[in-house]
Amino acid sequence: MTDLTFVVELTILVLAAFLGFEVISKVPTMLHTPLMSGTNFIHGIVIVGAILILGFADDTFTKTVGFVAMVLATANVVGGWFVTDRMLEMFKRRPEPKKDDET
Amino acid sequence: MISDPDVVGLLYLVSIVCFVLALRFLSSPKHARRGNWLGGVGMIVAIATTLLVDGISNWALIVVAAAIGSVAGLVGARRVKMTAMPQMVALFNGVGGGAAALIALAEFHETDGVLAWDEALSIVLSALIGSISFAGSLVAFAKLQELVRGRPIVFPGQNVVNILVLAVAAVLGVAIVAGLEEQWAIVAVIVLALAFGVMFVLPIGGADMPVVISLLNAFTGLAASATGFVLDSTVLIVAGMLVGASGTLLTLLMAKAMNRSIANVLFGAFGQVQAGAGQARSDDGRTVRATTADDVAVQLSFARKVIVVPGYGMAVAQAQHDVRQLADLLEEKGVDVKYAIHPVAGRMPGHMNVLLAEANVPYTQLFEMDEINPEFPQTDVALVIGANDVTNPAARSDPASPIYGMPILDVDKAASIIVMKRSMNPGFAGIDNELYLDPKTTMLFGDAKESVLKLISAVKTA
Repeated sequence: MTDLTFVVELTILVLAAFLGFEVISKVPTMLHTPLMSGTNFIHGIVIVGAILILGFADDTFTKTVGFVAMVLATANVVGGWFVTDRMLEMFKRRPEPKKDDET
Repeated sequence: MISDPDVVGLLYLVSIVCFVLALRFLSSPKHARRGNWLGGVGMIVAIATTLLVDGISNWALIVVAAAIGSVAGLVGARRVKMTAMPQMVALFNGVGGGAAALIALAEFHETDGVLAWDEALSIVLSALIGSISFAGSLVAFAKLQELVRGRPIVFPGQNVVNILVLAVAAVLGVAIVAGLEEQWAIVAVIVLALAFGVMFVLPIGGADMPVVISLLNAFTGLAASATGFVLDSTVLIVAGMLVGASGTLLTLLMAKAMNRSIANVLFGAFGQVQAGAGQARSDDGRTVRATTADDVAVQLSFARKVIVVPGYGMAVAQAQHDVRQLADLLEEKGVDVKYAIHPVAGRMPGHMNVLLAEANVPYTQLFEMDEINPEFPQTDVALVIGANDVTNPAARSDPASPIYGMPILDVDKAASIIVMKRSMNPGFAGIDNELYLDPKTTMLFGDAKESVLKLISAVKTA
């Protein structure tokens, strides 16, 4: 990767924290569960780390650990995304024509 | 193959922008779904970029691991019931945290030569927070899934033991940062953090689960961010921190909605305190009045304004679809129907909104506590379905009550109150509800779904 110094990374982190608070505070209570599963999906970004570890692994220990990390991270990404999409699909504005009741 | 680190960095920047926009779009249910798709694009860009980094090998392992993970994630996401969403979120928190801890472990193992202090610090933090989140989330999952008792599990001196375990882990962590480069040390940190994760969630009672899940969400984000420091990856740092910020904000909101400090939730072991307090209060000779579905149906049909107060009991009985049908029927009769949603209704932030959305209740009919509370005095009937603690007036009036000071829905200010409940058992927090003794209150006992079905047929004939 690019050579980032610790201080530069820390700066990025702090700015991201402020940005995060700003953006998240605009999310209405109604959408807090999708927010949570959506952010759940986003922390699946550790998959990037898992790929880097597994992709550059050359001994059995690292391969094993990297493999497990990769499985966990993929489950996180895929599951997190689909469950969020499933939930958001349900939020509708107006009831559809009164007739079709049951789901 | 990408060998230029600047190209990698730029593509990661694209991902970061996608993630921020995904969260930005969540500000309204109108674009929320599009936002999630955008987040998906960001993730694909990040994954593709990483796979194309020069020197990546072990393709077979990567593909197999990704396939196993995808199937597990997909099956989980498809099968899960909306009522079980808190467990699902807890589980995904856990796997994310676990992955972060493992990455730290592997990176520690890989480094030969001396670790710079900042690398060592990032590795320790990623391992520590990731492991706490992993173990804590699994316990939270087990509690919510009712694999272990939801009630607090406590033993004397628990907090002391917890702090001791964490302190030892921290000392080892400092030693690693100072230059102790033995693998047993990082493994010990992970094991201690796992133990701490288990012990810190075990004593937390069921009603406090929303706070814990939010907190673990924040932890996993922070662990991912620490992993970003380990791997010098901007996208991990930023995305992880966004999640950290979100989790922190939700934790504070949830704690506020229950009028408890975070420290009190984490170390107070709710559910223990009130055993004495609950009994001290007498019924003053007042008794609970039971009613029948027919009576309730008449009351509802001739009301001008009805506020439905749904609680987790409704979701457990899977009655939300029938409740919606009942509400539709009443609306056809000209009754004004609204839903009052307490911030901690359900088992996680915003849970009740999702459950009602699933039942096709339009979100314009759902009102938050602060919006709806002034309307209760003009309400003819408040229909409480499977909600308990969030309607307990003791929170306003009885300083001895463990929920004293918690903001509640002012259900008792309605002209009449109908409580649908399975039995007289106390709620999730394990305390009695004074609302049931109110002379304006009548109780309709029975399974929520059956009761609502009876109400529907009674309203049709009324």
